[in-house]
Amino acid sequence: MKDKHLTIALAGNPNSGKTTVFNAITGARQHVGNYPGVTVEKKTGSATHGDVRLDVVDLPGTYSLTAYSIEEVVTRNFLLDEKPDVVVDIVDSSNLERNLYLATQLMELGVPLVLAFNMSDVAASRGYNIDEEKLSELLGVPIVNTVGHKGKGISELLDAALASVGKTTSEQRYPNYGREVEPHILQLTELVEQKCSKQRSRWFAIKLLENDDETIKRLGQVCPEHIEELTLEAERIRKHIESICGDVAEIIFADRRYGFISGACTEAVTQSVERRHEHSDRIDAVMTNRYLGLPIFAILMYLVFQLTFSVGNPVVDAFDGWKGDLAGAVSGLWGESGADSVLRSLLVDGIIEGVGAVLVFTPLIMLLFLAIAFLEDSGYMARAAFVIDRLMHKIGLHGKSFIPMLIGFGCTVPAIMATRTLETRRDRLTTILVLPLMSCGARLPIYVLILGAFFPINIVLWLFGIFPVTNHALWLFLIYMIGIALAIICAKIFRGTLLKGEATPFVMELPPYRMPTIKGLAIHMWERTWLYIKKAGTIILAIVVVLWALAYWPKLGDEKRAVFEQQRTVVQAEQQADATQISDRITKIDAAEREAELEHSAIGRAGKTIAPVFKPCGFDWKISTAAIAAFAAKEVFVGQMGVLYSVGDDVDEESVDLREKLAAKYTPLIGFCIMLFCLISMPCMVTLAVTVREAGWQWAMLQVTYLTVLAWVLTTIVYQVGSRLV
Amino acid sequence: MNDRNNNSLPTMPLAMTLVGQTVTFAGVRNAGRGLTHRLAEMGLAPGENLEIINRGPGPFIVSVKGSKFVLGRGMVHRILVRPE
Repeated sequence: MKDKHLTIALAGNPNSGKTTVFNAITGARQHVGNYPGVTVEKKTGSATHGDVRLDVVDLPGTYSLTAYSIEEVVTRNFLLDEKPDVVVDIVDSSNLERNLYLATQLMELGVPLVLAFNMSDVAASRGYNIDEEKLSELLGVPIVNTVGHKGKGISELLDAALASVGKTTSEQRYPNYGREVEPHILQLTELVEQKCSKQRSRWFAIKLLENDDETIKRLGQVCPEHIEELTLEAERIRKHIESICGDVAEIIFADRRYGFISGACTEAVTQSVERRHEHSDRIDAVMTNRYLGLPIFAILMYLVFQLTFSVGNPVVDAFDGWKGDLAGAVSGLWGESGADSVLRSLLVDGIIEGVGAVLVFTPLIMLLFLAIAFLEDSGYMARAAFVIDRLMHKIGLHGKSFIPMLIGFGCTVPAIMATRTLETRRDRLTTILVLPLMSCGARLPIYVLILGAFFPINIVLWLFGIFPVTNHALWLFLIYMIGIALAIICAKIFRGTLLKGEATPFVMELPPYRMPTIKGLAIHMWERTWLYIKKAGTIILAIVVVLWALAYWPKLGDEKRAVFEQQRTVVQAEQQADATQISDRITKIDAAEREAELEHSAIGRAGKTIAPVFKPCGFDWKISTAAIAAFAAKEVFVGQMGVLYSVGDDVDEESVDLREKLAAKYTPLIGFCIMLFCLISMPCMVTLAVTVREAGWQWAMLQVTYLTVLAWVLTTIVYQVGSRLV
Repeated sequence: MNDRNNNSLPTMPLAMTLVGQTVTFAGVRNAGRGLTHRLAEMGLAPGENLEIINRGPGPFIVSVKGSKFVLGRGMVHRILVRPE
């Protein structure tokens, strides 16, 4: 090998443990595209083995190389276009027959292939005795045993992969489709070779017979002048085969492939004891129980949030304290005269208060992502889809749509990417449209800020005598439930109007339960948390600086300043009042000056202009500007409030907590209205961008418009009714 | 669906089966080629045995070739099976 730089592609069924093998090979050296969807985005990593540098590509999990789902198309195009040096197919060895289906397709495609028989420990514990040597001979492909989550067999796997690079694929076997079909395949293969492509001609022939649209498109690009002849010939043969075999051609092919696998397995695999899935079955008997399923699901969701907060909040408070210390220390650099320093104001009031307000919530976000990663990795997510299917069916979607929605509690962006697993465009669009109503992690800081300000925390009751339930948890539960309820209503409306149509078939594999590995959880949690932190350091930092500048300039004119200065002189000159009274009145004048300064600034003027629009919702101009700035990223709301209530603060003055300032300024009703508006109103910029990419401009515009209008109407109703009642 | 196995037993919707029963997959009513093909690739091809593991209020869980599948409420009414 002259070139010591090779590309390995990992293919495999969903739930074959592909990700654990990928993690074991690459460790932390992973690069994820913009956002890691659960299954779709292209993940790459690097590793070195001996003196060879490896680029490892984790392909999406697929059952086959047919072009029914985006994942399959992505995988196929990668293999055909990027031509990786070697493909490693990760096979769940406790479920050989179904997992080898993809392998047969890879063999037909003629790529250099190695099979990783993953989870070989599970296979052994289920009593499977696999003669790898024999199976490898029967299939003509090297086989290596691995246990991904323990990192076992990885080095041997890489050895085998490197040995297979550049090997001719002539020794690979592939299914023989029998004497009714095989001669026709050869006939069509020859035609493909003559007219179109010498490479992969057999594979192209089979795909033509399977009436595969993507293949027809691809061949049409290679040889546009012959494609019609080829498809007509394929059509003729297909009809002929179907009349002889009495079944649809695709089914015959699938059936024969399974027959080929089953033949090989009969020779090479024995099962000593009859034990299947019993461990998973026992858990499922409870988790998917007709009556217990839903309550268990509800309790699990509740625990996720309760744990997130009871563990996260103290850490957030500590972070908040450090932020205050940092602000104090930085301010201290300027000493007494610092009040007028522009740089001090930018650093302390802008960056530390703005970005800091967002970063302080990192522990909560981390815990939430950890919990979601646990639900995904353990296999519970698929059960939740089963349990919730009936409810989802009522709104015209099915259980599978629920998985993106659950991910949406973490972040809407990967959730929208996860809708790619839904088969029909109708289902995808409906799900994408309502996804922003699943309250994402970035909205959490807003709720926590508001709850902390207006609703003193206390324990309302003890669940089962051991789990404390706080009023904050109940409020949060209410907010999330409002989001879910609205999503259900809106989905129902969309399915009944714009996206009418019959419910689509719902078929989904239930993976066996697995104990998630610490490493896997850590990687999943970190890659999403890192995006949050990165966002705070880039987009949010930029926005916060702009917002700070808008709140800082233009300064009050000298005449107006003189008015306040004069007031102070007058107060100080009064002889009869005692010292405390004087200082009280001075403080009031100072506050009035700050207020005037802020109102005079660019943001103050802009806010005042738009404030009338938000008046019915109970918002003043400060909340209005923050609500609009939240379009950049939801958590900017918190940062913006931090900046607005901090610019103009005196340096020496003991920095009062933002929560206390809010509590002094607004009522709890307004607090609730803020939460409601932030929950519903337009999604953040990144979500909009992803929606445009995934669904198109029209749908993205519809999403922004309907959500914003809905938010305004509902908040107005709540405020108007609420303020008359209270 | 085509009657591949020349089995004379009548077919019935999967929805009418009971937990613990093992039945033979016969086909899907009103299914396009795409759906039939996809199911066949996942292992749900005519002639395949499937065991009913659980039936919720709508969807079913069945076991095919050692894997478990959720079949949605709509699907269980359209999938046709033959009792063993």
